[in-house]
Amino acid sequence: MLKDICASLGKRILFYCDYTGRMTLLFLATVKKLKEADGKETLRQMALLGADSLPIVLMTILCTGMVFSVQTAKEFVRFGAASSVGGIVAIAMARELVPVLTGVVVAGRIGAAIAAEIGTMKVTEQIDALKVMAANPVSYLVVPRFIAIVLMMPVLIIFANMIGNIGGWLVAHYYAGISTFTYENSIKTLAETYDMVGGMIKGSVFGAIIAIVGCHKGLNAPNGAEGVGLATTESVVLSIILIFITNYFLSVILYV
Amino acid sequence: MAEPLIKVRKLKIAFGDKVVLNEIDFDIYEGETLAVIGPSGTGKSTVMKVLTGLLPPTSGSVVIGGHETNGYTEDEWDRLRTHMGVVFQYSALFDFLSVGENVAFGLRRHTQLSDDEITKKVSELLELVGLPGTEKMLPSELSGGMKKRVGLARALAMQPKIVFYDEPTSGLDPVMTMTISRLIRKTQQKLGVTSLLVTHDMESVFYTADRIAMLHEGKIVATGTVEEIKNSSNPVVQAFINGQELKKEEKR
Repeated sequence: MLKDICASLGKRILFYCDYTGRMTLLFLATVKKLKEADGKETLRQMALLGADSLPIVLMTILCTGMVFSVQTAKEFVRFGAASSVGGIVAIAMARELVPVLTGVVVAGRIGAAIAAEIGTMKVTEQIDALKVMAANPVSYLVVPRFIAIVLMMPVLIIFANMIGNIGGWLVAHYYAGISTFTYENSIKTLAETYDMVGGMIKGSVFGAIIAIVGCHKGLNAPNGAEGVGLATTESVVLSIILIFITNYFLSVILYV
Repeated sequence: MAEPLIKVRKLKIAFGDKVVLNEIDFDIYEGETLAVIGPSGTGKSTVMKVLTGLLPPTSGSVVIGGHETNGYTEDEWDRLRTHMGVVFQYSALFDFLSVGENVAFGLRRHTQLSDDEITKKVSELLELVGLPGTEKMLPSELSGGMKKRVGLARALAMQPKIVFYDEPTSGLDPVMTMTISRLIRKTQQKLGVTSLLVTHDMESVFYTADRIAMLHEGKIVATGTVEEIKNSSNPVVQAFINGQELKKEEKR
């Protein structure tokens, strides 16, 4: 009985070590092949993975900014701290909410799409076709997606911060009666450029996670439609978990 | 006799306890078409995967063009693969590229040809496989037979020395099967390529192959010319080419 439990636990540990190793190797291979990036394909991926994600990211962050303002504005006004609302919303958005929520949205939209696309290529032998035509799947498929997301995440985060703060101001102004001057002044006083720069750095790291997890899941998709579905789901779940875990450590490193 | 272009010795492929290929030996000579036949699941496609570097052998030796490929790095395989063409069982056309771009894929990556030269070459290749003017079409708009022919055009684009065909006629109607078989023969005669054909379609094999090797339960049980295989006294071979089930004692 105890032997079985130990064997099963050992197998699990070995599986996760193997898995982490493979993912790390893919990351290293990607970094090694960065200079071989196809510029045209990378630009196409930037439009597809970055620009096309803008509407859903903006929608998510607008709502988040408004909700955060609803929860804080009235309470702060009650305690005579109306002059802090704008800054609090801006800092929370820049440091945590925008990078994490953008990461989650992009993981859902892009991570899934990458895993499904590459997974389908795997099960229809297109990855084998690439290899036998002497085209390295890492440089042809992974590198452009990796660069595209890592570069586009900070751009998405800049736009998301803008819309998030607009949402926060809308609610603070029309719902809690805080003047535009007070709100703006609060942001200028409390928030720093570094708050957003840190968020952008987080965004790039989350982008790298989404790209590597999505590509790894796709390249290792088991055969059949079910395998592609499984790879897609696992890609989203794993990316989101890793984003949350990494976010804690990045917050400590960047802001503490 | 000339040295074979591909020399396989004691090739073994095992997935855990399951042995798919059990120390097989065979040769492919320059300019000939060798057909590897056998029932489904006997490891025919595995042979092709090993010879193209997609699957490392468990043990044994694969010598291509005088070079031992065991232990080749991916870069070394890539250099060798520029001299190979592969026609996949389900065509494996890149579905995000047009027919023309599929055929031009290798030319764009591995040659210095200008856009005009590539366009001309693509159109010649599509003409060769009987699909002129289909450059702009997407793979999703093609029938199974058309996909196979585009796959053949793509495989031939880099003027390979060796072409591998994995079940090139499976799932096709008899007319299209004959069309593909004729194309394979024509390719070999016109371009003088060395070919490995993996299939269980005997009609196609008899039409296209110079020699045949029969795989059965992980072993090569017979090799010979088409006539030799047709007249083989081996009951396994006779049962397979005549589409009969083996008797129990013959199986042993």
